[in-house]
Amino acid sequence: MESGQYLNLVPWVVFMPVIGLVINLLFGKRFGETFSGVVGSLASGLSFIVSVLVAMGLAAHPEAAIVTLGEWITIGALQVHWAFRVDTLSVVMMLVVSGVGTLIHIYSIGYMHSDVRHNGDPERFTRFFVYLNLFIASMMTLVSADNFLMMFVGWEGVGLCSYLLIGFWFEKGKNGTGNAEAAKKAFITNRIGDFGLLIAMFMIFKYFGSFQFDTVFGQAAQVAQAHPGAMLAITLFMLLGVTGKSAQIPLFVWLPDAMAGPTPVSALIHAATMVTAGVYLVARSSAFYALVPTAQTVVMWIGGLTAFFAATIAIGQYDIKKVLAYSTISQLGFMVAAVGMGATVAGMFHLVTHAFFKGLLFLAAGSVIQGVERGLHHAHGAGELDPQDMRNMGGLRKVMPVTFWVYLIGGLALSGIVPLAGFFSKDEILAAAYHGQPALFILLVISAFMTAFYMGRQLVMVFFGKPRSAAAEGASESPKVMTIPLIILAGLSIIGGVLNLPGVHTLEHWLSHTLGEGEPAEFIWLVAGLSLILALAGLGLGWLVYAGKLSKADAPDPMKSKLGPVFTGMEHKWWVDEFYQTLILNPYKAFSEFMANPVDLGVIDRIGGGLAAGARSASEGLSKIQNGFVRSYALWMLIGLVAIMTYLILK
Amino acid sequence: MYPLIFPLALAGILFSIGVVGFLIRKNAIIVFMSLELMFNAANLVFITFANYFQNVNGQVIVIFIMTTAAAEVAVGLALIVSIFRSRHSISVDDLNKLKG
Repeated sequence: MESGQYLNLVPWVVFMPVIGLVINLLFGKRFGETFSGVVGSLASGLSFIVSVLVAMGLAAHPEAAIVTLGEWITIGALQVHWAFRVDTLSVVMMLVVSGVGTLIHIYSIGYMHSDVRHNGDPERFTRFFVYLNLFIASMMTLVSADNFLMMFVGWEGVGLCSYLLIGFWFEKGKNGTGNAEAAKKAFITNRIGDFGLLIAMFMIFKYFGSFQFDTVFGQAAQVAQAHPGAMLAITLFMLLGVTGKSAQIPLFVWLPDAMAGPTPVSALIHAATMVTAGVYLVARSSAFYALVPTAQTVVMWIGGLTAFFAATIAIGQYDIKKVLAYSTISQLGFMVAAVGMGATVAGMFHLVTHAFFKGLLFLAAGSVIQGVERGLHHAHGAGELDPQDMRNMGGLRKVMPVTFWVYLIGGLALSGIVPLAGFFSKDEILAAAYHGQPALFILLVISAFMTAFYMGRQLVMVFFGKPRSAAAEGASESPKVMTIPLIILAGLSIIGGVLNLPGVHTLEHWLSHTLGEGEPAEFIWLVAGLSLILALAGLGLGWLVYAGKLSKADAPDPMKSKLGPVFTGMEHKWWVDEFYQTLILNPYKAFSEFMANPVDLGVIDRIGGGLAAGARSASEGLSKIQNGFVRSYALWMLIGLVAIMTYLILK
Repeated sequence: MYPLIFPLALAGILFSIGVVGFLIRKNAIIVFMSLELMFNAANLVFITFANYFQNVNGQVIVIFIMTTAAAEVAVGLALIVSIFRSRHSISVDDLNKLKG
């Protein structure tokens, strides 16, 4: 087959996981765990192979290709096709989603094997893989769509999968509803963002008359000239969608709670892929943002502030996954800031490397949690102990060597230590900020420093020192099916930087076919040196503050005495949830109460009830006329007849 | 020729008697006869105008009405007989089972 033909394979990136989920749905329970796991992983793996083939085809013919499956919606002037778009941008996303996704599928075989037993319902194993495949299919639809409407289908599909998987153990959690509440929170918060995206899409249709990417972006310049206000509104409403999906200020609150889902879910959906959909959306719509500098500034500052704000919270967290969750929000802030500055390639580069090392960190955290769970099981009477609380860990380096090494690699990559993947991608973002946005540059550099600090803190708390609980003492290494994907991801985190090495700019050239020729990001020694020094300083400070300072599980955090009330704020996530509760949720609830009780029951129901009572009494009165006496009927007939005759004669 | 008002007045009187009889009498047979009076008042008007306009349609209608009335009398009397058998009364005021 000629390599250009490969492009026509692109629908299979969606079909493969769909086939996988159908097989698992029909036969998964009957053939057991290994079957479900293998089918799920195979479906995702084949999707990855198709993505690779498509990428190879695209390398030969870099122009975008559109593969139309059929007509989807035809209403008057609106014509939407179910069409896949193959261009360099979408293929990068496809490779990341299916590649990292496949590794996480394989890891999940091992993780879920013990997770379903730990939670006491082995029957749910198959369901997990069905959901995971559904997620891959939705995410692939999102990134391969050729129009906004089809992209929105994927956008909602991943939201649904996120909901289903956060609430995977829906009967567990705080008070038996904690996980379900977390799932609900994620879904509703995302719905607010989706409202923005929908409004943006409506406006796109109004001003462009189409949803197709080429048509829309081709007209962008004219429309921006004719209706600058509309373009601003479109980009800002789209940004609302981005803040929802990519967990940016002000809609980031759902992501930390989403950690209620099983850890592979946190890795796949809430770190590597779904949450980057917002970054992808802005990158895809960069033709819009380039025309609206105001919107670019807003996007950039939202990203920068989120990066900073979330990093401060990450310092004060004790839950191993919560730290990573806030770290994810912070890193997403970096990406959003990058695409906001117009440094789309830097943002996409960081998206890819972040998928590697944050996926790795989450999976390794899952390995740690299960190691501690095994220790807990081993130690018996350890009582109620949270296996995710870092205060209960310590010294895991010796009992979980593989997990420790991959975690260390992930942590160093996230902190931005040369030559790991995170160093190059973060440096590119910082370099872009250094050029035009000094204030943002300072904000991002401080965030990068804090990133290194909380990673240092986490590494020390989890892996170094002495075990602070019997569970940590009895912890043991995870099986091979979990550690091998970890090692592969660790390898990717190490070499991920080669994607866009300074001076070579592979990714830059690759993406330029879609995003247009841009100036390749310059490598600035000052910026690179500064970020490296700060990363080392952050890690070193983390080591200095925490190493050897934590002896008991209930010892206060050493930072508490140093930072005082500031640390309390970090610990309590700056009371953002409480703030939303008092400022938005409670007034809204009171308003709903008001609408329900006095307004609905008091006014609207009374109107309805009154009408019904009136009709009833009227018909009761009228039914008196039908008294059963034939002669009275005859009299009424006579009266009626006379009345009609009188009218006819007199009119 | 007699003036047109005579047969019409007669018809009016017959109809009024029929109406009043229908309304005030309880005996079903009498009510029935009042009904026939009203029919025939109408017939009389038809005949009168048929004669007046020299149009045969009125006479045809009268034949139809008489036929219908004959059939209706047969059914009506049968109903009255069976009502009497079941209720031992033909007072229309006793037939008030169907009311709202």
